Amino acid sequence: MNRYQQIKLAKQIGKWALIAVIMVYATFPFYYAVITSLKPSSELFQVDYWLSSVDFSNYAQIFAQKSFVQAIGNSILIAISVVAIALLLGITASYALGRVRFRGRTTVMLTILGVSMFPQVAVLSGLFEVIRSLNLYNNPGGLILSYTIFTLPFTVWVLTTFMRQLPMELEEAAIMDGATPWVTITKVFLPLMWPAMATTGLLAFIAAWNEFLFALTFTLTDDQRTVPVAIALISGGSQHELPWGPIMAASVTVTVPLVILVMIFQRRIVSGLTAGAVKG
Amino acid sequence: MASVTLNKINKVFGSTHIIKDLDLEVGNGEFVVFVGPSGCGKSTLLRLIAGLESITEGDLRIAGDLVNDLPPRERGVGMVFQSYALYPHMTVYENMAFGLKLAKTDKQSIEQRVMDTARILQLEELLHRKPKALSGGQRQRVAMGRAMAREPRILLFDEPLSNLDASLRVQMRNEIARLHHRLGSTMVYVTHDQVEAMTLADKIVVLRDGRIEQVGSPQTLYQQPATKFVAGFIGSPTMNFMPAELLGGDGQGCKIQAPGLGELVLPQDPGGEPSGAGLTLGVRPEHLRLAEAEGDNAFEIVNVEYLGNEVYVYLEPKASDTLLIHRSEAPSRWAIGQRVALVPELEHVHLFDGQDRALALAGQRRAA
Repeated sequence: MNRYQQIKLAKQIGKWALIAVIMVYATFPFYYAVITSLKPSSELFQVDYWLSSVDFSNYAQIFAQKSFVQAIGNSILIAISVVAIALLLGITASYALGRVRFRGRTTVMLTILGVSMFPQVAVLSGLFEVIRSLNLYNNPGGLILSYTIFTLPFTVWVLTTFMRQLPMELEEAAIMDGATPWVTITKVFLPLMWPAMATTGLLAFIAAWNEFLFALTFTLTDDQRTVPVAIALISGGSQHELPWGPIMAASVTVTVPLVILVMIFQRRIVSGLTAGAVKG
Repeated sequence: MASVTLNKINKVFGSTHIIKDLDLEVGNGEFVVFVGPSGCGKSTLLRLIAGLESITEGDLRIAGDLVNDLPPRERGVGMVFQSYALYPHMTVYENMAFGLKLAKTDKQSIEQRVMDTARILQLEELLHRKPKALSGGQRQRVAMGRAMAREPRILLFDEPLSNLDASLRVQMRNEIARLHHRLGSTMVYVTHDQVEAMTLADKIVVLRDGRIEQVGSPQTLYQQPATKFVAGFIGSPTMNFMPAELLGGDGQGCKIQAPGLGELVLPQDPGGEPSGAGLTLGVRPEHLRLAEAEGDNAFEIVNVEYLGNEVYVYLEPKASDTLLIHRSEAPSRWAIGQRVALVPELEHVHLFDGQDRALALAGQRRAA
């Protein structure tokens, strides 16, 4: 083996070592959660890096709780509603912002972007008042409303960028064919915007699914809670016991759907996120 | 099929006045080509007719009806775009049927019309393909089919061939010409390519800075350009221009002097031009003859281009460095470095006055 080949080999080894470190760093917490969730509670505090036996009692325990199943249902309802509303409003707003020329368009865009920069806590008390006055306290509607507020700026921004790249002549062709703006959006633009919609929709879904602060503040009873709050409120047999097993099982249960969704849409996400980067 | 009448049309974008008091009549069944350099307003004019831009001032009539405020679909116009702008997610059939569907045509007549159009454009084999699976020429035909399927009264083309390669362009040009013969429909076509304009048009409209420079048949524009601009724009290689001085003249003709050509007696009526006025002499490359010569008036041959069937000879006058072009059939006996005298064919020489307007031949009225 000559010197050149040795250097090449060393570089290869170095590269893979680095990748391995990053992989471990990124996935270890999740891996450990999965392992913990599959242990019986008696073995919980032995530190194992490999699973010796698989025990589903933690899963059985959380799914036996009616309130947890209910929380999953709430989360699904809320997240899907947020995605649907955000995409509908996002598409129509992006048509106006991307295609219609009007005075103050840039100001509107910057305001939208500015809104998304506020920390959640800053608007919490104000939003609480809004939700109470709208009679949406302890109601999925309140969460849908507040999540949509935080999801829309991003959605509008990405979709507007995407919309601007669609060729002008395509819209003009539709106008020549007699299409109204609504028909142009739904029949011509929408089918071309799937990558961007999959990206923004998925990110909106994840944000709504994982949100904790609003969900804790704007709900009161078990039957209205979403999954992150429900997990946080899982309690053990006594005041002094933290039920790690069930908590991990619940966490894994609500994360796996997201991971699957991301895997399904990963190509789309990449093409959607880079859509603005290069012409082509 | 319909006529189009433009009456004192103006278009202003912000502070730019793009179309200025433009009058034009497009006859029923006519093939009219708008041609001009980029920025002359030819595309804007087409878009005004289509209804994609609003008219700032003036009347636009289609078949006699005022259509200024009608949306495109109610004007009965179809348009072919430069980039084709086909709907990428629809098949060829759906692309062509889209406008008909929106017009709430019943399913059977949609199919009938799409099939008829497809037959005319030889698209029958491609109806179930998506645009990405088509070649450039095929996409072009689909774009035309989409515009034609709704049976518009007027077909508009916005530089439809400029995205195609040279050989395909010639082929599609031919197809468009044949299509016009078959359908006999009114067509308005925008191009910056004077060859397309010459070969397709019944009537060419030369535009410059938002005004019409000249309207006429290809033959008229070639043989009797009204201005120096038209003379230089139409024809390839372009017309040779050189300064000339009017020595005198009357209703029968005039006498001029041009550097390198000496004194010439030409059939143009100098009109009101005084003796000594500066004119521009224009002569097309094929209307020059060369003869071997020496002396002050000789031109030097600086380049010879052999094109197979013809030869372009580039000549440099002694006094200036503006090259002149001579065109003749191959083979040519001329070589680089030779010195020659130029003899223009006097009946084909054009004269332009100080405002670059052509002087009329004696006994004819001066063109506007």
